[in-house]
Amino acid sequence: MLSVSLAETTTCSETDLTADFRDQFLLTYQHMLLSRVLEEKLGSLYRAGGRIVGGVYLGKGQEAFSAALGVQLRKGRDIYGPLIRDQAGRIAFGEPIIDTVRTYLGAVTGPMRGRDGNIHRGRPKEGHMAMISHLGSMLAVVAGGLFARRLAGTLKDSIGATSIGDGGTSTGAFHEGLNMAAVERLPIIVSVANNQYAYSTPNTRQYACANLVDRAAGYGVEGVAVDATDLAACLKVFRAATARARVGGGPQMIVGSLLRLAGHGEHDDASYVPDKARKDPAARDCLAVAEQFTLDHGWMNEAEIRELHEEVRRNVDQTFSKVSKEPTPDPFKENWQALSSADLVEGQHEA
Amino acid sequence: MSITYLEAIREAQYEALRHDPAVFLYGQDIATFGGAFKATKNLSKEFPGRVFDSPISEDAMIGMAVGAAVEGARPIIEMQFADFSSVGFNQIINQAATLYWRTNVPCPITIRMPSGGTAGSGPFHSQSMEAIYAHYPGLVIVTPATVEDAYWMLLDSVTLNDPVIYCEHKFLYYHLKADQIGERSLPIGKARIARPGRHATIVTYSAMVHEALRAAEELQLDGYQIEVVDLRSVKPMDTDTILASVARTGRLLALGEAFPWGGVTAEIIARVSSEGFHLLDAPPMRLNSKDTPIPYHPNLWKSHRPTTATIAAALRRLLRY
Repeated sequence: MLSVSLAETTTCSETDLTADFRDQFLLTYQHMLLSRVLEEKLGSLYRAGGRIVGGVYLGKGQEAFSAALGVQLRKGRDIYGPLIRDQAGRIAFGEPIIDTVRTYLGAVTGPMRGRDGNIHRGRPKEGHMAMISHLGSMLAVVAGGLFARRLAGTLKDSIGATSIGDGGTSTGAFHEGLNMAAVERLPIIVSVANNQYAYSTPNTRQYACANLVDRAAGYGVEGVAVDATDLAACLKVFRAATARARVGGGPQMIVGSLLRLAGHGEHDDASYVPDKARKDPAARDCLAVAEQFTLDHGWMNEAEIRELHEEVRRNVDQTFSKVSKEPTPDPFKENWQALSSADLVEGQHEA
Repeated sequence: MSITYLEAIREAQYEALRHDPAVFLYGQDIATFGGAFKATKNLSKEFPGRVFDSPISEDAMIGMAVGAAVEGARPIIEMQFADFSSVGFNQIINQAATLYWRTNVPCPITIRMPSGGTAGSGPFHSQSMEAIYAHYPGLVIVTPATVEDAYWMLLDSVTLNDPVIYCEHKFLYYHLKADQIGERSLPIGKARIARPGRHATIVTYSAMVHEALRAAEELQLDGYQIEVVDLRSVKPMDTDTILASVARTGRLLALGEAFPWGGVTAEIIARVSSEGFHLLDAPPMRLNSKDTPIPYHPNLWKSHRPTTATIAAALRRLLRY
């Protein structure tokens, strides 16, 4: 067993901080903040009971890693297959938060129309794949979209990206998908948020290599490790990885280290996470780290940050207020057809 | 000049590739090698860059087909054996089958499944998976029994905007021949009266159609006229044609090669019992394989699945009632 990781963690230095980088940092920070405020609202609605049916799954602590990837993608050109804790990445990709709220509240105006809920949403025709719950299985789907574009001659410099956690890397689907993407040398980013716990299962019961990024070599793909609480480092890593993928560099596996700062879902108090882990640097809140970084570099002052918080809160409140008046599904108006070929739907024929 | 069932499958894929640039083929050993059964023989040469060898990754193969379909492609995926589709089961029933319902984006993929038993193939190269997939909403399951259907139903499957499980029977690959492919007759969803009769109805599909026809020949010697209904597609199931046949004969034998618990034959019985109980002159009967894994040795294999002799015996019991 390899007990020492071959990987070095990428960090960001002062020379990386160009004006362009600063602009992307601030934009990404805004996406993170919007995600955090939106999710806090979802969490409080869940705890209040009644309005949200089913679970609420939050990405608290993972916003930097998630949004730093999403912000590199171009909606309409790239394909994104986000996972559970990618609210921030979805916002950065260009999903309006009203899609989130409509899906959580089951509004028929939303992309899933009450047929699916919470994080299981997307608009595939816009390159936003709607995740299923089975971990690892979106990797091959995103790869397939890229494969089809290559065949049709429309791939050009578009790329795909998909996310997974430490637990999801243990699935056969993850292995099959990444191996296939590597064989086809597809331009896909696979971001692995190692948040130390898959629901309650710690890393020690999930894998036996020193660092998940060491697996990249085994697949024949590029692998990079990063401190996922550090937005600047995440941006640097994902900018470079997406650039490599766009010019034919093949799959890129990015492993971020962090701690999940919420339960698996809001029903889970995560009491299995020991205090020691919560005091570790990996448990830093990436949003606070990003705000401090902004202040330290004089990119925003405290008053501007406060104002931004207020503005984001108003935006979120208005969105919930609008959606709460929208209709929920009516079983009598539902067509109950799982096939697009209406003539092949059973029970529709006249007896 | 004649054409086999297997050649018809190859010809249909040739035609699909020729007709529509969105079609591509993905499967294990299907490119230069032409597939384990040669169902894609020469296609990689005839259509360069559109027929691909895949890794042994049934899950990823189906997942990639779904992603490709979202982008407008119409992939045909070859499972080397239907049995191995169990490894891709999750992507078939949870990804492909739910895509349209969840997102309103159709999923036009065709999954070819070399199905059913041949002597000596054993437990893992002989399975019939149609009932498993028919159980899940969002999939169309076709089970061609003739050369003509092998050809036209494969072309129709590729044209359909929904995921299709195309169950091709390995026993028919070389044994079943026709002078020519013939004209397209029925659309997917319509059953065919393979042999008209008036004393009893056998409802069956795939290779068992031919066993049923032989049993019907045998019963004719005793003066019985047995009607044989070939379902063609098990989902949707053409309940109207089944009920019309039972209305003519008053007796039903539901016949399938798959395992006995639940499944297509149980579905046939359930529909006829609930919608056509008044048409029945005798309790409806089922005949399936035995409830064990599929055996390797021909002596055991022949006794595991329904045969002309066991079908004829079942018919005699049904007619005696």
